[in-house]
Amino acid sequence: MNGIHDLGGMHGMGAICPEKNEPVFHEPWEGRVYAINRALAVWGKWNIDASRHGIERLPPADYLRMSYYEKWLARVVALLMEHGLITQEELASGRPAPGSPKLTPPLTGAAAAALAANRGNYMRPEAKAKARFKPGDRVRTRKLNPVGHTRLPRYARGREGVIARAHGIFVFPDSNAHFEGEQPQHLYSVRFAARELWGEQAPPRDSVYLDLWDSYLERA
Amino acid sequence: MPAQKPEHEHTHQAVPSELALRTKALESLLVEKGLVDPAALDALVDAYENKIGPRNGARVVARAWVDPAFKARLIEDGGAAIAELGYAGAQGEHMVVVENSATVHNLVVCTLCSCYPWPVLGLPPVWYKSAAYRSRAVIDPRGVLAEFGLQLAEDVEVRVWDSTAEIRYLVLPERPAGTEHMTEEELAALVTRDAMIGVAKARAPEGAGR
Repeated sequence: MNGIHDLGGMHGMGAICPEKNEPVFHEPWEGRVYAINRALAVWGKWNIDASRHGIERLPPADYLRMSYYEKWLARVVALLMEHGLITQEELASGRPAPGSPKLTPPLTGAAAAALAANRGNYMRPEAKAKARFKPGDRVRTRKLNPVGHTRLPRYARGREGVIARAHGIFVFPDSNAHFEGEQPQHLYSVRFAARELWGEQAPPRDSVYLDLWDSYLERA
Repeated sequence: MPAQKPEHEHTHQAVPSELALRTKALESLLVEKGLVDPAALDALVDAYENKIGPRNGARVVARAWVDPAFKARLIEDGGAAIAELGYAGAQGEHMVVVENSATVHNLVVCTLCSCYPWPVLGLPPVWYKSAAYRSRAVIDPRGVLAEFGLQLAEDVEVRVWDSTAEIRYLVLPERPAGTEHMTEEELAALVTRDAMIGVAKARAPEGAGR
């Protein structure tokens, strides 16, 4: 979707303000929101792409106004309700609906310490699709404007670049985010000259690398 | 380099904020319904506040500086080499390490969200997730670096890595001059989080002329 989250190349967002000795979480509630998101993901009701899309779907004005973990809170509440894990009434009252069963969390305290070190996996080498491109090939990104989730930013659509590296076969976020299947396909690191993206004012030798799925690319 | 333990110097508000109250209400509901175990939440917060952070990445960089064979493996297969030091996990499953030199400077960003290599750098700082950094890093990386106090010569090639997929990037900064005598542990202390994102260079050793 052409959402506010797709920020690359925008102007007017102000100065970057690094904070000295920044804590991991500024307030305890931020840590709880982070951990609630991680722990609920273990239920497997949604995937990482649906989760990212949950933040992209926030109204643009809210997206810019809210703090980072405020967005994570809004996202997880939306996912909980969409997937039927809680209801609006339960959220409003703060109490489980009368007679609702008590579940057993899939992630225990002991397992959570290990979860941080657990490796997820988004590769799908068993799909065995043949790679269309190899390093050195010239490609052009397609001019796509899907209303759903995509990882092809606006600033890199319809641009010509060179395959820098083939990463192997990965889950395709554009379909996975909408529970329309993993559609595993090759992922490539593509090098774009800064001038191809931004025009003549860009330094001649600078470049931007993006990781792009096969569906985003055509031969140049 | 700040210690990995969080500093609780900031004053806690006497009255919980609306967000703190909403979070507390949600957690209570989720616990009562059996959707989350509060002990699991405690363990996750503890892991990222106290165990997983940029000291991990600094050890990877220092090892690469002193051990050419390790550095070669790190560039060839970042994830496998990093796992040799015991670091792996969520958001570090597919690691690529990019090396800075006298002629190439690498900078990492996620323009679409906040992708960041958790096992080696911990959770990202607020500025990395800010609209300001995400919007500008790709169109004006030299301006961003200058804002961080790093002026690059015109003949240095800037490579920006926009983390659009599940590949996570770690910058291998240049080893500072005058560090030939230093131990791996001493070297690790020179490697900042910012140097591994690419908005800074590794720190010069104490007493080195600047």
